Amino acid sequence: MIPDLLFLLFSAGILAGGALVALGKNPMVGILGMLVAFLNASGLFILLGAEFLGLLIIMVYVGAVAIMFLFVLMTIDVDFAALREGWAPYLPLGLATVAGLATLLVLAVMGTPLNLGTPVAVATVGAVVPENIVQLGQVLFTQYVVPFQVAGLLLLVAMIGAIGLTHRPRGPHQMPIKRQDIGQQVNRTKAEALSLTTPVTGQGAGVTHWEGKGVEKKGRKGA
Amino acid sequence: MLNITLVHVLVLSSLLLSLGVAGMVLNRRNIIAILMCLELVLLAVSLNLVGTAHFRSDLGGQVFSFFILTVAAAELAIGLAIVTLFFRNRGTIDIDAADLMKG
Repeated sequence: MIPDLLFLLFSAGILAGGALVALGKNPMVGILGMLVAFLNASGLFILLGAEFLGLLIIMVYVGAVAIMFLFVLMTIDVDFAALREGWAPYLPLGLATVAGLATLLVLAVMGTPLNLGTPVAVATVGAVVPENIVQLGQVLFTQYVVPFQVAGLLLLVAMIGAIGLTHRPRGPHQMPIKRQDIGQQVNRTKAEALSLTTPVTGQGAGVTHWEGKGVEKKGRKGA
Repeated sequence: MLNITLVHVLVLSSLLLSLGVAGMVLNRRNIIAILMCLELVLLAVSLNLVGTAHFRSDLGGQVFSFFILTVAAAELAIGLAIVTLFFRNRGTIDIDAADLMKG
């Protein structure tokens, strides 16, 4: 009774979040929908006995992935409404394909007799069943140790790849950052660095602030 | 009252996968939205595996769901790095702007 209601609740949450992602006009709404979907999926995972994965989903998706999306979304400056234009010609064919896919999948799932086989581990009455994370650890570090290591390597490669892709050396042509350019410093002449005025008493030099002649401010390239 | 079985989980997973694909169709030009929909599709696969693992009392599904999670995170990091790079070079995230190779 209660698990069924929870299942329905989480399913509705997942589908609602997915609909927000798919239909939301603003990507911020999409990220919110993704969070809703993943939180509900986490609840569903816990309901299905995968406590570790459920909590991991909260940590990875809500804690890292959503923040990553937010960072990228805030960094770039794009008119997202303009990106949605021009989808009308693709809509009928696309939706027909997707609806066909959904219908076929659901029909196939509901029409096929599922042979679940014999349960691998049968808990006898009174036996102590270890927690989910203990069970997972027992197979993860023995039977699946090679895939586990490869997954770690994959994360390392992804980290190096992401940094290598987006890192740019900060040179004088790229960033409006103050740096010492010795050549430029030495090549300055007196004419461009020094301005001599003879201020009249009581009026000052006539400039509110000194404007360097030789050192022009370098803006960001292509901005 | 329904009694939840594997079929319910699989139907939910199918619907979620279709929703993800539909989102890719609807947000055809927005790379970030496509990445988000890709996450939905991967979540559907994860759900499939966890549901099967639960109803078979087999832990293998959970382990593979774990690996899917890892791969999804890695793919997303690289994907978002490429989006940032793409925006830096072209000033947009429109997929139609990625036509440097005239494909």
